[in-house]
Amino acid sequence: MCLAVPGRLIAIDGKVGVLDFQGNQLRVSLAMTPEATIGAWLLVHAGMALQEVDPDEARQTWAYLQEMGVADVPAELA
Amino acid sequence: MVGELILLGHGGGGELTRRLIAEHILPRFANPALDPLTDGAVLANPGGRLCVTTDASVVQPIFFPGGDIGRLAVCGTVNDMSVMGARPLALTLSLIIEEGLSFAELDRVLDSAAAAAREAGVPIVTGDTKVVERRRGDGLMLSTAGLGVLPDGVDLSPRRVRPGDAILVSGRIAEHGLAVMACREGLAFSTPVVSDVAPLGRLCAALLTLGEGLRFMRDPTRGGVAGVAADLAEDGAVGVELDEQHIPISPAARHAAELLGLDPLAVANEGKIIAVVAAADAERALALLRADPLGREAAIIGRITAATPPLAEMLTAAGGRRIVQRPHGEELPRIC
Amino acid sequence: MSTPAERLATACAGRRVTLMEVCGTHTVSLFRSGVRGMLPPSLKLISGPGCPVCVTAQGYIDAALELAGRQGVTIATYGDMVRVPGRGGSLAEARARGADVLVVYSALDAVAWAAKHPERQVVFLAVGFETTTPATAQAVLDAEEQGLANFRVLTAHKLVVPAMLALLAGDGGDGLDGFLCPGHVSVVIGSEAYRPIVTRHGKACVVAGFEASSMVAGIERLCEMQRDGQPGLDNRYTVAVKPEGNPHAQALIDRVFESCDATWRAMGTIPGSGLRLRAAYRRFDAAVHYRLNTEVDDDPGACRCGEVIQGKVEPKECPLFGNGCTPTNPVGPCMVSSEGTCAAWFKYGR
Repeated sequence: MCLAVPGRLIAIDGKVGVLDFQGNQLRVSLAMTPEATIGAWLLVHAGMALQEVDPDEARQTWAYLQEMGVADVPAELA
Repeated sequence: MVGELILLGHGGGGELTRRLIAEHILPRFANPALDPLTDGAVLANPGGRLCVTTDASVVQPIFFPGGDIGRLAVCGTVNDMSVMGARPLALTLSLIIEEGLSFAELDRVLDSAAAAAREAGVPIVTGDTKVVERRRGDGLMLSTAGLGVLPDGVDLSPRRVRPGDAILVSGRIAEHGLAVMACREGLAFSTPVVSDVAPLGRLCAALLTLGEGLRFMRDPTRGGVAGVAADLAEDGAVGVELDEQHIPISPAARHAAELLGLDPLAVANEGKIIAVVAAADAERALALLRADPLGREAAIIGRITAATPPLAEMLTAAGGRRIVQRPHGEELPRIC
Repeated sequence: MSTPAERLATACAGRRVTLMEVCGTHTVSLFRSGVRGMLPPSLKLISGPGCPVCVTAQGYIDAALELAGRQGVTIATYGDMVRVPGRGGSLAEARARGADVLVVYSALDAVAWAAKHPERQVVFLAVGFETTTPATAQAVLDAEEQGLANFRVLTAHKLVVPAMLALLAGDGGDGLDGFLCPGHVSVVIGSEAYRPIVTRHGKACVVAGFEASSMVAGIERLCEMQRDGQPGLDNRYTVAVKPEGNPHAQALIDRVFESCDATWRAMGTIPGSGLRLRAAYRRFDAAVHYRLNTEVDDDPGACRCGEVIQGKVEPKECPLFGNGCTPTNPVGPCMVSSEGTCAAWFKYGR
């Protein structure tokens, strides 16, 4: 399944990044998002970060999902 | 090192077995029915209807965040009786140990099983211990049985639910299954979600005070809330309507499920009740659940309808409607 | 504010509109969010060839099963492939008979496992579209960098746009007003990749994300284009999808893979619609190493999966649907994959 929500990059270890999703952490390859820096919001798929997303637009997505009761705006974006 | 591991000989019925029982089992579970170590435990006849249940516990890994196989075995068996409306009287516990398990691990599991039994207020009155060869077991497997007494007049079943009845859940869903899945080997994934495994006797007893108004209870273990909803519709020949927005789930669990490609509705719980109560008793039932620490996040999550054909459905957060089916078997991570 | 259902009804305004979603996650999300149930009666949404498992040729499944039966081989796979029936059973059945089948979330997990288990020959089942291909490419590069001689991939990666074009070149496009284009595939290839579908075939293309709001917005936009008689290209998932896509992802794919003809289940061979390892990486190709032919296709008798993935029939028109073919006991791949059209219909929409 494609993940609708992005995770926040909290650590970089060479080509691998650690993303946070509401306390869940996922190690992913950053090969496709080499410019991403700590704090970036990244979409992931099958163990790879796919794309950095704009935090303002990400916030809108989150807010909408929260309003629908199917997701929660992360504290960093609220 | 010598003396640290369980050997095949510990299951041989000789001196090693005697020491295993005397040193590791008896001190933890001591009670008048168990202590004589007779072939069978002798219990007073409680009178009335008896409720008997049995469980096999094979969880991997045997230790997981929030619990372990010992606590899981005891709670699972106690909960099966509690949701039937029965008062648990006694448990049995059999150990199938793979040689090479350390005594430290076994002791941890036994401590935890004993603590869970104390928490539930149920003695473990008899058991068995077998040791199997390396690679013929899975570390440790447990088998339990439970005996309880069902008070007169208690009859909880899907057949008793009626259109208009309210459906409640006693707390946040999906935590046990996610916690266990997340600690399987090879996942570049970690989660703060911990198992909810807990004995539910107190919560069930509270709901039983509703009397006639309480129609049905079940603990949504494997198959999750989706499985219970589908069973209710099928066995009760009624419509089941759940409100997606009202189903309690923690943000961490919601996102863990998404990351693992699982539907949280189909993920196992080990410390939750789904209850169906008469509409007039819904708020009272909610208050009873919320008065207990294990039920603080309880919610009314749906209703029984007269829909034909009988079907479990979800009113989605987006304002749509979809069918809720029990999962089909092994839940596997998905791609794309 | 109007409800999503009202917005869809307004956009469609009772006209007959036929759209196709080309992404398995869209198929599932449309059901799970309840959006499919909100569609006005005259709006038909058909599910296209967007589930990677469903479009995989029978020969590939059989090859994977053959490998699973070999001594010393560990099959690493995404979960969806485990229950797909081949002629000799499924990987789940092979596992019960003693085969070593490892379910992974990423091709990178398979490489890491191979590095830890040098005594096993690890074959990763590399299926999927442009979203999963970069992970396979990275896995091959990682295996090369680590000098692993026990990691190979059995590739069946496919490309979305050539399949859409092939569908339109046949009779699959008749009566179709437009496509709801995939979210994450478009992150990689970019929204402009669909331009030929608009210019050459006059079909509208709108990219959408996976939440209900984004899918509803995408369908609304497609209805407006149909109303105005102006099929165009639009993007309702701008938070992630750029016109040009992700150049790093494209470079990664291009470094390891080259395009080739590929066999799609029941659709036959589509020129330039697949990817194979470039010569420099051919030693990681399990099909070459084990001399396997993965491109044979052979559908089980009455199964209509092939027509389902082309949107020619709905699952309920297949004689086996729910009647000998269920998610518990699947006959065709569309019923196996959790993203398969038949499985989604069976699970959420019967």
